[in-house]
Amino acid sequence: MGIVLDEYVSGGNVGCPGCGAVLGMRHVLKIMGKRTIVVMPACCWGIIAGPFPSTSLRVPLLHVPFETGAACAGGVRQALISQGKEDITVIVWAGDGGTFDIGLQALSCAAERDEDIIFVCYDNEAYMNTGIQRSSATPEAAWTTTTPEGEGRFKKDIFEIVRAHRPSYVASAVVTHATDFQMKFEKAKDKKGFRFIHLLSACPAGWRISSDDSIEVVRLAVESGSFPLMETDEEGEVRLTYYPEKLIPVTEYLGLQGRFKQISGTQLSGIQEFVEKRMRKLGYTEEEGMRRNRVGDERAFK
Amino acid sequence: MKPAVLTGEHFMTGDVACAEGALAAGCRFFGGYPITPATEVAEHIAGRLPEVGGTFIQMEDEIAAMASIIGASCAGVKSMTSTSGPGFSLMMENIGLAICTETPCVVVNVQRAGPSTGLPTQGAQGDMMQARWGSHGHYDIIALAPSSPQEIFYLTIEAFNLSETYRLPVLIMTDEMIGHISERVVIPEAKKIKTVSRPGPKGRKDRFKPFEPGANGVAPMAHAGEGYHIHVTGLTHDERGYPVMTVEAQKAMMAQLMGKIQRNLDDIIRTEAYRLEDAEVVIVSYGVSARTSLAAVDEAREQGIKAGLLRLITVWPFPEAQIRNLAKRVKGFVTVEINLGQIHLEVERCAAGKAPSFLVGHPGGTIITPERVVEALKESF
Repeated sequence: MGIVLDEYVSGGNVGCPGCGAVLGMRHVLKIMGKRTIVVMPACCWGIIAGPFPSTSLRVPLLHVPFETGAACAGGVRQALISQGKEDITVIVWAGDGGTFDIGLQALSCAAERDEDIIFVCYDNEAYMNTGIQRSSATPEAAWTTTTPEGEGRFKKDIFEIVRAHRPSYVASAVVTHATDFQMKFEKAKDKKGFRFIHLLSACPAGWRISSDDSIEVVRLAVESGSFPLMETDEEGEVRLTYYPEKLIPVTEYLGLQGRFKQISGTQLSGIQEFVEKRMRKLGYTEEEGMRRNRVGDERAFK
Repeated sequence: MKPAVLTGEHFMTGDVACAEGALAAGCRFFGGYPITPATEVAEHIAGRLPEVGGTFIQMEDEIAAMASIIGASCAGVKSMTSTSGPGFSLMMENIGLAICTETPCVVVNVQRAGPSTGLPTQGAQGDMMQARWGSHGHYDIIALAPSSPQEIFYLTIEAFNLSETYRLPVLIMTDEMIGHISERVVIPEAKKIKTVSRPGPKGRKDRFKPFEPGANGVAPMAHAGEGYHIHVTGLTHDERGYPVMTVEAQKAMMAQLMGKIQRNLDDIIRTEAYRLEDAEVVIVSYGVSARTSLAAVDEAREQGIKAGLLRLITVWPFPEAQIRNLAKRVKGFVTVEINLGQIHLEVERCAAGKAPSFLVGHPGGTIITPERVVEALKESF
């Protein structure tokens, strides 16, 4: 297993400096390969791909209305089947709005029909393309233009929602933990039926971080347990696929981001408690973290 | 904490002025969803509503945004949403519901170039026919077209007043240019702003019929939770609100929905004339295009063409009678709009062959310059 040299995202795209979504697409397509069709509801990437003639995606791209990503991809798959084209991967590439909010109905129904597609949600935790408005993926206490006092509710658990449909594969991933990332997308590619990968994706503009912190911030999300890397299949049992050596305090993750500037002590301790509880429920212990990291699982990438 | 009416002189965008107009009109619920170039309306009112005891909710999509303002209105609070092309399309089914259930509310469309995703950051006036006919079935609607941030402030108040008076959704059909331009906006004292609220029912609660027209031809409105027995449905219904699946009931309901507008055209329709008294050729325009047409009138007159401007403040219902009367005495019409011929078709229809009608249109993304209008006047007449 190594990183493929072929590039399907070219330079000259119009992503912001430090955009996690560009990096995500680049590495996902390296794994999916040339015979891939990308269906994309309204999201930052609709712009990032760039204006004619400089489109930065070297695979076919269908840019469709906001609420229809999974529905349109289902149609694409059915057409491929009826034409006997069996070696093509169909990906929905949606932001958190097109997944958690307006795209949820299409997502749920495609999962229920077990459409043979991979739905990737690159989650930057707000409507960034229209200038940072909250979504139901916005975490508690985060500032956005429509939550000027900070988001009052917790982030919707999309992993559990999709898991409830019992699809063939559900996983969470980040680009910073590359072997884990690659393993999950390869697994998704090899499976049939509905597959869903939740990709946490840093947005320097919306998270109020410096563009050279967009790797570090996602690494901290995982190492603090704020974004657990996990997977499940139709059996429904959730496995933690990466064990941080030691859970660092969430304040290190949140503190790096200007959007959490107004967080209260109560909110912070509530989030810390929630994160620890969820990690324990997923089977995480520091002993296990230490043990797994001794064998060097992800150490090279830290 | 700022008051609901920000009396004073301001420098603000059309989108922000629209939000302030809504607050001044008494809007206390906004169901929003981000979309360029209307996002700033939602962003601004999201910060302002909590200051005046109102609520902003960012909904999960535009279907939900439109549905939420209908719910809020049925429960007794003046409500609004804002959007642009793709979101306007998603709102259509619920706009029809608000028409059928006579639910007052205000919908702002900051138009961008379409079809589909189109040019999200660049303006157009291509949704004018969608505003008229976008929801299924036959109905009448009210749509206003402001030409400046100052006017969008006043017209948002006017939209609420019309909506409350006639119990229907009122559309503010603005455009990206007016939404995003920053200009001087003067907000008067609160007591000088006339606001209208839907009349409430009188008399015995058990005898109340929620869709029985009152004195002005519009039914008083009881809200859910006030003790009246109300049944609100998008099915064809009678004056009690109960579904009645007959041809007669459909005929009676439609007569009511259309009649309350058609009987009050003089009260609803507003236009503005510029150098129209002795005009031989009439420019018909609205929104940002009416602004660029002003300079064209002056320029054309300097070049010897007796031009005048009829600016449509109310686009729907269409000022048919005015166009018909003008058609009897003028050489012709030129409609200036950032689409490829929508209101132009209405002008042509109402002129009914009495005077020719020409279009100065554009597929969207930029304004139509005064020079192009003058050029067209010279070519046509």
